[in-house]
Amino acid sequence: MPLNILVLAKQVIDPEMPLSAFKVERENRRVSVPSTLPPVVNGFDENAVEAALRIKDGQEATVTVLSMGQGFALEVMKKPLSMGADTLVLLQDDAFLNTVDSFAIALALTTAIRKLGAFDLIIAGRQASDWDNAQVPLAVAEALGLPSVTTGKKVEVGDGLVTVERQTPEGAEVVEAPLPALVTVSNELGQPRYPTLRGIMAATRKQPVIWSAQDLGLDASDLRPRVETVDLYVPVTDAECELIQGEDEAESGRLLALKLREAKLI
Amino acid sequence: MDAVDSTGVLVLGELEDGALASTSKETLAAGRSLAGGLGQPLSLCIAGADTDAPAREAVAHGADRVYTVTNLLLAEYHPELHLEALAGVCHQTKPAIALMARTTAGRDLAPRLAARLGAGLAQDCLDMSIDPESGRMVARRPVYGGNAMAAVVCAGTPQMASIRPKAYEPLEPDPSRQGDVVPLEVALDPSMKRVRLVERIEEESEGVQLETAGIVVAGGRGLGSAAPFKELEETARLLGAGIGASRAAVDAGWVPASWQIGLTGKTISPNLYITVAISGASQHMAGCSGAKVIVAINKDAEANILKEARYGVVGDWQKVWPAFTETLRELLG
Repeated sequence: MPLNILVLAKQVIDPEMPLSAFKVERENRRVSVPSTLPPVVNGFDENAVEAALRIKDGQEATVTVLSMGQGFALEVMKKPLSMGADTLVLLQDDAFLNTVDSFAIALALTTAIRKLGAFDLIIAGRQASDWDNAQVPLAVAEALGLPSVTTGKKVEVGDGLVTVERQTPEGAEVVEAPLPALVTVSNELGQPRYPTLRGIMAATRKQPVIWSAQDLGLDASDLRPRVETVDLYVPVTDAECELIQGEDEAESGRLLALKLREAKLI
Repeated sequence: MDAVDSTGVLVLGELEDGALASTSKETLAAGRSLAGGLGQPLSLCIAGADTDAPAREAVAHGADRVYTVTNLLLAEYHPELHLEALAGVCHQTKPAIALMARTTAGRDLAPRLAARLGAGLAQDCLDMSIDPESGRMVARRPVYGGNAMAAVVCAGTPQMASIRPKAYEPLEPDPSRQGDVVPLEVALDPSMKRVRLVERIEEESEGVQLETAGIVVAGGRGLGSAAPFKELEETARLLGAGIGASRAAVDAGWVPASWQIGLTGKTISPNLYITVAISGASQHMAGCSGAKVIVAINKDAEANILKEARYGVVGDWQKVWPAFTETLRELLG
């Protein structure tokens, strides 16, 4: 029996975009970027795809990628397929606003996961680069009654167990959990693989499964947020930087040390 | 949960080597101000094998009441048993607001607890207050890597928030403060453990601990390789400073992951934070917003770090740093 792996992935605005392109629409309590800047798959979720593919490199496995949103850039969301994932499932509906909170998102994802059938392992990125909640995967685990392990940097499967090496402030720890289980991964896992030409060709031919809220039997009352954004604004910074400049760079270094001494900081 | 009879602010406390964790003391300070805004009591709960001493600490740091779940199964932190204990306490005590620090354990526990209680959870908060009109908690938190701030309100009960470490200062402890200690029973069973710790790999940390260091020196992508960190370490030793790095330097494999300062790394709050060749991406700044004075050495005059720094040198670190270190050595004798 091949191992059934599900990866949760989110489409986010590119966190590397120039700050000048980033606009906070306070009146709409949302962020906008020019349509010329394409979104990306959340970075930690690419790590999750990589973790799933590494398992698939070593044993028979299928990798399904599941995402939810109001609208998708299909060529962006197909990247996991071109990296080597087998199936892409997109939950797409006007009701799936980005303002919908983590628990409503988790509800939709959980409903879709039940509809898709049994999975041995669910892998997700530790958090998304837009709201950094780190909440959806754990809410999914709770709803499905799965054990969860977070911030993995190495994920291995064998004998009905998932073994995860995870980063901790003190170093690392190795934990294991019985399958089915949910694991989140962090950047310490290492670079996600680049899509191969063959992978890109295969991904072009694949069409995603697309489900609406109605397909999942969900309506607006199910998706009512438990956390509401009442304001969104650009923070003000009051730091005034004093530039230390000597005759040359070595002199600047020397003056900096003297300045810190004068300010009684050292 | 039923909102009608929910009252008070509950801090979900953590233990560190048998004592109340410093982050729990910070959370008590946050809870104290919310409890004041509501005119309701502040409680803290702790789950552990021995809860007497930390309960006294909690009262000294501002708790009116301490709920304890004392059980040998809780001697070591275990995500599933502690989650069960905290959920039990919330069910029995019905707080209006439940707070937790966004520590390693808090990151694991708070979302699952909120999901289990059917509660809304505001994550990574820097500041919370009570809206005088609605009586609801308004939590402020950075989003989009700190490029925007959001104010959020939780529907339902309890209203939950996780607080970024160092966002609040603990209250001055008052050993004469009085408070009730209320033992609670939560049924726990070893069979609830599904996740099992196999091995703990502690990294040797000879230097100063980053989270509590008074001075921190850190390097970034612009250092170009692992070797320059030796120079930074030498200077750090001279200053008695902790040493850290940006995520880029960690991802490049130049330094261990435990050195990472930032949103997904460590949160520091030194009096002096000296950065070398760190551009100051918002990911990084999220981990050092508590630094009192930031110093930036960067060759790019447009680097974001110079917008956040108090003192800056625009130049090549390879020329600036040796002279800086040499002068420090003279000054510090």
